[in-house]
Amino acid sequence: MKKIVWALILIVLIWGSLFAGASPISLKQLVNGNSQQQLIFLTTRIPRTISLIIAGATLSICGLIMQHLTQNKFVSPGSAGTTDSARLGIVIVMLFFPNAPLLFRSFIAFLFAFMGTILFIYLINFLAAKNKLMIPLIGVMFGNIFGSIATFFAYQFNLIQNMTSWLQGNFSTVMKGNYELIYLTLPLLLITYLLAYQFTIVGMGEDITKNLGLNYQFIQLIGLAIVALANTLILIMVGNIPFLGIIIPNLISIHYRDYIKNTLLLTATTGSAFLLICDIIARSIIAPYEVPVSVVVGILGSLIFLSLLLRKEPL
Amino acid sequence: MKKLIRSFPLKVIALLILVIVSCILFLTYQTYGNWDFALSLRSGKLIAFVLVGIATSFATITFQTLTHNQFLTPNILGLDSLYTLVQTTIFFFFNGKQLLGSESVATFLLTIAIMVIFSVLLANFLLRKGQNNLFLLLMVGIILATLLNSITTFLQVAMNPNEFDALQTKLFASFNNINSQYFPIAAIIILILVIFLWFKSLTLDVLHLGDDQATNLGINIPSLQFSLLVVISSLIGVSTALVGPITFLGFIVANISYHFIGTYHHRQLFIGGSLIAIFLLIFGEFIVEQVFKLNTPLSSVIEFTGGIYFIGKVIYERKNG
Repeated sequence: MKKIVWALILIVLIWGSLFAGASPISLKQLVNGNSQQQLIFLTTRIPRTISLIIAGATLSICGLIMQHLTQNKFVSPGSAGTTDSARLGIVIVMLFFPNAPLLFRSFIAFLFAFMGTILFIYLINFLAAKNKLMIPLIGVMFGNIFGSIATFFAYQFNLIQNMTSWLQGNFSTVMKGNYELIYLTLPLLLITYLLAYQFTIVGMGEDITKNLGLNYQFIQLIGLAIVALANTLILIMVGNIPFLGIIIPNLISIHYRDYIKNTLLLTATTGSAFLLICDIIARSIIAPYEVPVSVVVGILGSLIFLSLLLRKEPL
Repeated sequence: MKKLIRSFPLKVIALLILVIVSCILFLTYQTYGNWDFALSLRSGKLIAFVLVGIATSFATITFQTLTHNQFLTPNILGLDSLYTLVQTTIFFFFNGKQLLGSESVATFLLTIAIMVIFSVLLANFLLRKGQNNLFLLLMVGIILATLLNSITTFLQVAMNPNEFDALQTKLFASFNNINSQYFPIAAIIILILVIFLWFKSLTLDVLHLGDDQATNLGINIPSLQFSLLVVISSLIGVSTALVGPITFLGFIVANISYHFIGTYHHRQLFIGGSLIAIFLLIFGEFIVEQVFKLNTPLSSVIEFTGGIYFIGKVIYERKNG
């Protein structure tokens, strides 16, 4: 029963996302073959909705994996240096290979994101933290350092505007022909699903993992690589979307606990639904103009995050 | 010899010399003969740096005594984001262009007043919630900053684009875009607040012992906290209005002052801290602009160093505490 209601909610949201926007589109006209409406529908609406669904799912799954890998509820790619080091990679690519193809740019950005995240994991291994919030806090500061290096280069070579506009999370530029790279995250999500048992076990700690006969370091490395790659792809395709990777997995794990195989699909769909809602708000609140979706996520997400932090029952 | 090194006047003199030398360097280096032009351009920055340096160090040191914590700064808790938000909101709901005219000083004062009210509420809420949990407090501060910045961006995006364009350069200050129209009023506000803190500094010395001890010694903590928070948020407001948000300046300056001055006497800390802040700003700008010939604003260099310093301090305290 619950599942049916949930599916219905998702369908309604997808419907809303497909038909909300500056140019009114009706199903009737589409079926009747109004070519202009069909064009808009096929080149912008469908790609946009698909990338919203994929991005929401990917970011929440990335957050979920990061939280298991670090055994910390408040770590996500955004608070572990992944996003910021990817940003640094993007600036470096803009500087040295301005005409490189998108795949190459993504690859370099991925390398940076991967290295940055590993560096962060290495750093927190030094600190047997008694306080759970210390690790995300250091992660944010760590990210700030990478971010300011990126800003430094961007200023130096007049790329600041380019970088800010590019990395502001925004789906209004998603169009047929320039968003297809986002599909690359789908196989990553599949791998995550196949490795769900392993990630759950890693989430119980190094000792237990080794006792159960798994290679801790190896699984951790795979997890980090998946997170870095998926996160970089989303960053390049739609930009930075704050907090999603922290709030969605936490909201789910409050109710459904931590067994990844059970919660993976729910986490993914909740992430998609949340992002769809935010994007519909972003499109309708000052219609016919648009607010970047990252701003809406920033407002709603930080409110949710704050209430999670200040809950009586700690996570 | 050791006594000499520890003596406060000598340290002040050393700092003063550093400040003066860096001022002279900053003002005169490579003017290419265009002395008047360079002077008018650079002296504006110089005034801003002096004002911001004083405001930041007084505000941060007081704040850290108030919270008994050397990690917290008003900027890390998001008070500068609050200033920007209040300012944007005022311009959003009233006709912005009119406000830019003759009444800009009045608007400035109004912004500061509203910001003070909200920041006192905010600080009270935060300090009550996270009294014993520093990391919670810091995390909440960071998220709050994101929240406030997102709302600000939202209002800016929702504004009429033409209006926004006109407002942007005049309103949103940064190191590259210093708001010199506010110099006189900012100087007056800072002077008044600094004098107030100067007279309160003996009370601050007592507060440094701890809340319970201070209460025992006859200090009315709630009313002191309130008045100090008002002063701190006004100082941060003024500083943000002049050069925009700089998250880590206060953190760096306060912590260097504790090490260098090595005392709990707030008067000495205030003087030392202000001089250190001014020196860091002017010398930093000189190095960045003239020696390395960078386009990068000093603020991003400060963020970089501050971030490293912050992580280093967390790790250091972890290992030794």
